[in-house]
Parts: sequence; C-alpha cells; structure tokens
Amino acid sequence: MAYSSKVIDHYENPRNVGSLPKEDPNVGTGLVGAPECGDVMKLQVKVNPETGIIDDAKFKTFGCGSAIASSSLATEWLKGKTVEQALAIKNTDIVEELALPPVKIHCSVLAEDAIKAAISDYKKKQDAQGQPAAGATTQPTA
Amino acid sequence: MAIKLPIYMDYHATTPADPRVVEAMLPYFTEHFGNAASRNHPFGWEAEEAVEKARKQVADLIGANAKEIVFTSGATESNNLAIKGVAEMYREKGNHIITAVTEHKAVIDTCKRLEKQGYRVTYLPVQKDGRISLDDLRAAISNETILISIMTANNEIGVIQPIAEIAAIAKEKGILVHTDAVQAVGKIPFDVNALKVDLVSISAHKMYGPKGVGALYVRRRNPRVLLAPQIDGGGHERGMRSGTLNVTGIVGFGKAAEIAKAEMATESARLRALRDRLNERLHKGLDEIFINGSMEHRLPHSLNISFAYVEGESLLMGINDVAVSSGSACTSASLEPSYVLKALGAGDDLAHSSIRFGLGRWTTEEEVDYVADKLVSVVTRLREMSPLYELAKEGVDLSTMQWEVH
Repeated sequence: MAYSSKVIDHYENPRNVGSLPKEDPNVGTGLVGAPECGDVMKLQVKVNPETGIIDDAKFKTFGCGSAIASSSLATEWLKGKTVEQALAIKNTDIVEELALPPVKIHCSVLAEDAIKAAISDYKKKQDAQGQPAAGATTQPTA
Repeated sequence: MAIKLPIYMDYHATTPADPRVVEAMLPYFTEHFGNAASRNHPFGWEAEEAVEKARKQVADLIGANAKEIVFTSGATESNNLAIKGVAEMYREKGNHIITAVTEHKAVIDTCKRLEKQGYRVTYLPVQKDGRISLDDLRAAISNETILISIMTANNEIGVIQPIAEIAAIAKEKGILVHTDAVQAVGKIPFDVNALKVDLVSISAHKMYGPKGVGALYVRRRNPRVLLAPQIDGGGHERGMRSGTLNVTGIVGFGKAAEIAKAEMATESARLRALRDRLNERLHKGLDEIFINGSMEHRLPHSLNISFAYVEGESLLMGINDVAVSSGSACTSASLEPSYVLKALGAGDDLAHSSIRFGLGRWTTEEEVDYVADKLVSVVTRLREMSPLYELAKEGVDLSTMQWEVH
C-alpha cells in the first residue's frame, strides 16, 4: 500500500509522543480501540485552568502507520484550541489532511473518538471537583 | 561488502529463478519450441524428450517414479485436482474429507466448494505448536472418510506436520493421503515411499524454478490412485490433466528439482544457521517477542515472530527496505488477522504483531544482521509510542482490561 507523504512524515517524525500525568485534574485521558482489532490510541490533553486553552497534548498509539499519523496530527491540532473547538475536530478533516484511503478511514474515526474521550475525561474530573470545566459550556459530553 | 537494498526475505511467497534454471529453459522458447504432444515430427519429439527428462528430475527429488508425476499450472491447481479428483472418483466409497484449519486457501476453499456439493469436511484444529493432534485425527475418521489432506509444512509459520504418522493412521483404514508439500519439497528431505503418501502437490516457483508450473504426484502402486480429471481436453498427462504442456516451464522445474536435490543438505544447513542467527539477534535485542509455532518441527529457513505491543503494518513501514510479510489485518485484503496465527490460539493481538521471515538461496549473513538490527531499532521506537507497552510496563494485565471493540 502506498502512503501519502504526510502519513510517512508523521510516522517517521511523530509529534507529541508521550504521556501526561493521568491524575492531574487539568489533564484528560482518552484510551480507545482494542488490541485484537489492531489499533489502540491513548490521547491526552492538558487544559490551562486560567485560559481554558489546551496548551499540551500527547499521544501513544498501537496501530498501523495511518493510525499513528492520525493521532499525531490530532495532537498538533489540539494545541491552542479551547475544549469546545477541540470537540469540533471531525474525522473527515483528518482523512482530508492525511489523504487516507478508504480502508484507513477507521483510523481517523478512532482519532476523533480519542479526542472526545480525552475531553470527556477532563470534564468529568472538573465536574468531580465541583467546578465547571474551564472554557466549557454546560453542553453534555459526547 | 555493501548491502544491496531492498533485501528480499520473503522466500515463502516466491523465489527468484536460479540462473542455471533460466539457462536450461532458454532454448525451449525459441529453438526447441515444439508441442510435446506432436508425435509425428522431430520438433514434438524434442519437446517430449525434454518433458520426460524433467519428469524424471522432479520424480527423483521426491523418491517417485516418473510416471507418477502429473504436470500442472502450479500448486493451486494440483491441490484442486487432488482433492476434487479424489472426491469425485471415490464418491461411491464415501463423502468425508479431513483437513486442517491452517491449510493453504487452495485446500480450504476447495474443501468449502465440496461441502456445497454435499461432501462432509472436518477441519482439524492445531495445537499451540501449529501441529495437528493425531488423536484428533483418529477421532475424526469415519467409515465415510475417503481422503486426508494435511500440508507438509505451513506457508506462514513453517511448521512441519507429522505426515508419516498421519499416513500410517490413514493406511490402517484404507484412506488416501494428500499433502500440499509446496513449502517443504526441495527444502527438506521428502520421500513419497518413506512417508507413504498418495498425492503430493509441488510448485516450481517456491524452489527457484519459474512461476506457472507445478506438479501433482499421483501414486500408481499400493494403492493405485485414480483421479477424475478437472480439466477436459486432449487427454494429456495420461488423461488426468489436459492442456498443451508448458515445456519451457517444465524444463525449468526439472532443472530446479535437480539443483535442489544436489544442494539441499548444504543449503539447509547454511540457512538454518542464518535463521538461528536472526532469531538470536532479535531475542538479544528485544524482550517480549514470541516465536509462532514449533521451533523443533520447522523448516530450516523459516521464522515467524510476534513483536508484542507493536502492530505489524507499522512495523513493516519502519523496515520498508526489507521485504517480509505480516499476519496483521492491515496487510491483508480481508482486513482480518492471519487465520493461521489465530488457530494457534495466541490471541489476535499477537497475530497483528507478527512478521514472517523466509530466508533463501541468496540470503547473506550481512543481510540477516542488517534486518535484525533494523527490527530491534524500529520495534524499540514503536514501543516507545505504544500505549500497550506503557500499560504492560506499569503492570497492567492487558488481557483483563475492558476494551471498546469497534
């Protein structure tokens, strides 16, 4: 299978690989996928409590090159966005940016799920602390 | 010495033709182009003589009589002819066939078609080492069983089945035995009389011959095996397989068989040493890697390893100057992980993480070292970005985690 140059670039130079402290109340963690399906993504966001802006994002992915590229791209896009803007990222945006072929669309879907799961985890933590999530409206989590 | 890239380490898929094979074939494209079935002029006689020489060369490689060799277009056709030919010919005797879940698709899909036509097929499971259990085989045999078809060596994991034991059980009950020996013939000693098999599928391009030519060994004595032909026409190959013979390909097949027989002992010892070197280097450089299938009962040039916590396609992407195969779903058209590895019961995640290495006649020590070192570095890099590796290192048991299966 031929990969687009953008997929290859993200695979060879993945952005923001790593982990953020899971217990930090300002960090949201999403872990989606399953090993038997051949892809698992962990995506984390760190929201600045003052500004409500995501100022750090990290990922780790078990999966094919397109899955790695989708999550790497997602972390790039997340930085500098508010929580609400982050939720607006669609898998189709990732498909377009990385020129993913039809058989790899599920990789982009997984990346979108990972974003939503991370944000949902962040909001849950904020709610548990009895304060509204920074930058968040009262919209229910995805 | 500089290594030439890309490196070919996928010798189970196909092999390049040996230059000696090509040299033997060349005159049969032009000068000696006759139809081996032309009985009335020297062009035909020359072609026939060349075919009969090749038939003897192929027969010698497996301890058969030349008259027991039927040339085909390849092993897929040989498997079809053996299984469908027996099923049709022995229909009066019974309608049950026994095979295994790890067989090549050319056997499995042939059996599936026969099931649609009213035959009953038992697909034996395999044990963790990739071999069938002889007790399972005995238990599966019924009065209706007419054929047992078990491959000699598996194309994905290189595991060798206990063919002699299987045939001994079959003989007691008067059941015919077919074996798809494509991966084994020319690589390890194989003798139809020592093994007591009745039908054997072979392919030229897996043993440094040309593509598009294969053979089916059909036993003529004790018992004499009869086959219903699956291709009708001019009655070539003693009526078992019509169609003008691929003289050029057959000549090449014969030469390839002759070379394989002469060089098997030294070649297999050399490849075994290289394969073991690859295995040791990988084990030295990486933890949590698992060999798929028996190491004891394995082709000498074959290795199949799962690199836990790393997905196969991303691994192949990292070693894109090395030609190997993966059992990962992402590398198959069906988007399903390898059914052979699943049958070993190792778990789908390890099937997704597997790489098949096939060494061959032109594999060098430098290539083995290059491939091993490259894999160690790529696996290490991918594990650093693998959430599964991180969880495992934290002591989480991945098998008990709740995953959202999508």
